[in-house]
Amino acid sequence: MMENAAVAIEYRNVSKCFKGAGYNAVDDVSLSINEGEFITILGSSGSGKTTLLRMTNRLLDPDAGNIILFGENICDANPVQVRRRIGYAIQQVGLFPHMTVAQNIAVVPKLLKWDKERIDNRVRELTELAGLKPDEFLHRYPAQLSGGQQQRIGLARALAVDPKIMLLDEPFGAIDAINRLNLQDELKRIHGGLKKTFLFVTHDINEALKLGTRVAVMNEGRVCQFDTPENIAKNPADGFVESLIHSCRQQEKFWEGLV
Amino acid sequence: MQEIWGNIVLYFENNMDAYFNMLQQHISISFRVLVISIIIGFPVGVLCVVFKKRQKMVIRMFQILRIIPSLAVLVLSIRFLGIGTGPAVVALSFLAIPPILMNVVAGLEGAPPFMLEAAKGMGMTPLQVWLRVRLPLALPLVLAGIKTAMVEIVASATIAALIGAGGLGQIIFQGLSVRRTELLLIGGVSVAIISILSVLILDLIDRFFQRYKRYKLH
Ligand SMILES: Nc1ncnc2c1ncn2[C@@H]1O[C@H](COP(=O)(O)OP(=O)(O)OP(=O)(O)O)[C@@H](O)[C@H]1O
Ligand SMILES: [Mg+2]
Repeated sequence: MMENAAVAIEYRNVSKCFKGAGYNAVDDVSLSINEGEFITILGSSGSGKTTLLRMTNRLLDPDAGNIILFGENICDANPVQVRRRIGYAIQQVGLFPHMTVAQNIAVVPKLLKWDKERIDNRVRELTELAGLKPDEFLHRYPAQLSGGQQQRIGLARALAVDPKIMLLDEPFGAIDAINRLNLQDELKRIHGGLKKTFLFVTHDINEALKLGTRVAVMNEGRVCQFDTPENIAKNPADGFVESLIHSCRQQEKFWEGLV
Repeated sequence: MQEIWGNIVLYFENNMDAYFNMLQQHISISFRVLVISIIIGFPVGVLCVVFKKRQKMVIRMFQILRIIPSLAVLVLSIRFLGIGTGPAVVALSFLAIPPILMNVVAGLEGAPPFMLEAAKGMGMTPLQVWLRVRLPLALPLVLAGIKTAMVEIVASATIAALIGAGGLGQIIFQGLSVRRTELLLIGGVSVAIISILSVLILDLIDRFFQRYKRYKLH
């Protein structure tokens, strides 16, 4: 793969233990992610995926270890500056109910003081990208959108200033199978292969293997395997990864039985 | 019945100026109290949320003030503040601050944590999170608190006549002392009308700020 690419994100022995918890939510994670990679993070509920993302843009600080973005240790950086360089689509979507779709997408461009025309153009472009007609949707409030439409606007909002690093926490959770396939392709196109680094959390093993240039499989706070989709399918590193692949195969069998 | 109606007409024929004077006093006292209680209640509410540790204490203090009947507060205030419009305004403000303060706190605390996290995660500074997300989300409850306070103020301002603050309470208390039903009616209905009108005005403001609330998920 990209041999000489710069390292975009590096986790060095990162651990996080929430107050009062008897276990590490993220446990001694070390990963090195190159610029331009599309990393999918796969893991069961509670395995620490969201916690890992939140530490990446300093919504949480690790209890141990370091996180390095483009050579800079983020503990030394101003959190607000770090976050403005990173797009983050949170798991709960979190559109602001008192703002229209257009205003929601424009939040970060406004923080960065873009001029109005540039913001307007960008907002329309992103709404179309999310598969929604601008004239129909821009002036609606989030309460007037379906769950899946809200999620797509959440994704558009995170993409607004075209950040070099994107953290996407289950951005397709509420989207139906057909739209999901379209959006997966669209997201791959946006990623564009070279300059942008995506961290994409999902429960769905098919989605993880399809989208990821590499897949990080998480279980109980640890990364049990970090490898290309082919290698994960061929050589599962431990019992947990094996059981994931197995569950996927089971589903295939179920389909074969139906047809 | 006809006699009462006749007396009402007679009253207005002879006391038009005095009536409007009292009406104006009533509105002016109510308005001043409302402004003062917003100026105090709002920032204190914000501070309560910022400094969580003291919050319980402050809220409890104002809640106790609320349990005391407004009449008692007014009578007590004579002790400490004397009589006249000034003391009445101060005493009534004590009654109007709690509903505003408590709704400011409830509104600000009601913002879902994940929404604040989304705002923070997008790179808003703490001040921007407050101004662009937290306060706008609290606004509906803040306005509801102001509405509650407003109704209470207009009603309680009636009693302020007892400590020499003027207002429509004068007509009512005069009516009580000389047993003239038409005076009770004029005073009572006027207070009710002010109360209704002020709620209507606040409703309009409310609707303007909460356009997004009119839409329900379909
Ligand atoms: N704020 C918090 N306080 C205490 N414990 C927390 C907190 N947030 C998460 N945890 C715990 O940390 C662990 C990891 O949670 P996390 O949200 O990272 O899981 P996840 O992999 O994103 O799960 P899901 O797929 O369900 O979103 C869980 O055991 C959870 O209970
Ligand atoms: Mg999660």
